[in-house]
Amino acid sequence: MRLLPALSSALLALMLASLTVGAAQVDLRAVFRDPQAMLVLLESRLPRTLAVALTGAALSVAGVLIQALVRNRFVGPDTSGTAEGAALGLLAITILWPSSPLWLRMIAASLSAMVTTALFLAVIRRLPVREVMLVPIAGLVLSGVLGSVVTFVGWQTDLMQYVGTWLMSGEFSGVISGRYELLWIAALAAGLAWFSADRFAILGLGDQVATGLGLSTAAVMRLGLAVVSMVTAMVVTTVGMIPFVGLVVPNLVARVMGDNLRASLPVVGLAGAVLVLACDLLGRLVIRPYEIPAGVILGVLGAVLFLVLLHRRPAHG
Amino acid sequence: MIQIDQVSHQIGGTPILHDISTTLPKGRLTALIGPNGAGKSTLLRLIGRLEPLQAGRITVAGHDVATTPTDRLARVMAILGQQTAIASRLRLSELVAFGRWPHHKGRPGPADRARVTQALEAFALAPLAHRFLDEVSGGQAQRAHIAMAFAQDTDWLLLDEPLNNLDMAHARALMSRLRALVDHAGRSVAMVVHEINYAAAWADHVIAMKDGRVIAEGPAAEVLTEALLSDLYDAPIRVGQHLGRPLVLHHV
Repeated sequence: MRLLPALSSALLALMLASLTVGAAQVDLRAVFRDPQAMLVLLESRLPRTLAVALTGAALSVAGVLIQALVRNRFVGPDTSGTAEGAALGLLAITILWPSSPLWLRMIAASLSAMVTTALFLAVIRRLPVREVMLVPIAGLVLSGVLGSVVTFVGWQTDLMQYVGTWLMSGEFSGVISGRYELLWIAALAAGLAWFSADRFAILGLGDQVATGLGLSTAAVMRLGLAVVSMVTAMVVTTVGMIPFVGLVVPNLVARVMGDNLRASLPVVGLAGAVLVLACDLLGRLVIRPYEIPAGVILGVLGAVLFLVLLHRRPAHG
Repeated sequence: MIQIDQVSHQIGGTPILHDISTTLPKGRLTALIGPNGAGKSTLLRLIGRLEPLQAGRITVAGHDVATTPTDRLARVMAILGQQTAIASRLRLSELVAFGRWPHHKGRPGPADRARVTQALEAFALAPLAHRFLDEVSGGQAQRAHIAMAFAQDTDWLLLDEPLNNLDMAHARALMSRLRALVDHAGRSVAMVVHEINYAAAWADHVIAMKDGRVIAEGPAAEVLTEALLSDLYDAPIRVGQHLGRPLVLHHV
């Protein structure tokens, strides 16, 4: 249980650092005297910091849930067709009703993400159980196919720029007050999952054990599907998909704490927030005053972490 | 009592069970025996609602398994299916603690914790309680799953080949634990057994199955005879006596 305070302090320190790092100089001690500094802080720095932390936390929790749903450690919301599904929904509503209100776009993205993730679940149900590596491969193939559909439609309708911001570059430089608040919904959905943590942990033990313990597996699957899809849809719309977080963080935490999700989900959320915030800060610092998207940094770091995890995985996958 | 009425079952178009009607008596240790592919596991899984019932009716202590809510059934019977490799990384104590979940639904009380401790001790798992499931041997993981079913503390305990992966000492300890559960706690146990001498030595009631049909049922001494077993397994089998119970000499 020492992880929780350690990660909380790390997150707090990173958030404070995040408030001070950027193109404009902001002295935290002077904000109450300097209206300009206050403006930068409240309109840009604070929203950005919160957006990064919320995204990291929500995506990591979504990663745990999708891994419990498919009973495989090597998938995340970015490799299960979920993000591409959300982009497909957004694309459809943008074409069919260009002036649609934001909430409607959110619903379209969430529903479409739910459909493609359900498709992924249906596909892997038919795979032989023992072939552990077929599940992530099926996810990658499905994501690839859906992604190319999105690209094709985006290309034909001249909407590639949108598609790029949803799927290609997860980055936070565009976040200002009023344009990130949907991420609170994502974090809220992820937070609600904690109340069903035991159910997801039991689901992860397999259909047989779950049924024996009197769990209605279909209901838990639906709940997990809804949370994963909502989280991903909100992230895709507001900041673009961030790779690897939902895959790597659940694995790292499970290695240390195991899969008692009631205890580990808060740690997973915090660790995800810390990781993405660290990457975003790094992206802001390496070529300052310019930026490298947090998604790019995570792409590199996440790939390395994933390879390490693959190499050191326990005997039972 | 578990009542099975005219149950038939197919898997992928192949008939597995043919019109089975039988009963498993309450307060007894019942063993399901028979050659590979006889349908024993399928029958147990149907009783434990791990498979949906296709035809016929099964009631467990008066609860129709097809219509009773699954969480209600989880407080009447505990079922342990054959182990499959799982990716979950739980500590053994956490796994066994989930056996209490049907009772407390996430809010364990002192009684639940006591029951878990008791189950861990009963299966000699206390020294391993903090180990992760993917860091123990197959036999230890099997014992943890049995302990979870045991902690569920239901009137009926259904076990599908629980002796798999267990060494002689742990297999015997499990049988004697199950015997005590029946004799002293008034519980009922039904299990699929592969090694027939465990049925011969410990079971009250034996149901012999072959090709998806029940071909004999009754007290162990009446079912485990040379004629019947030779017919059941299509091989000549001699039966001796040991301490007043049948001893099946199938290995010589």
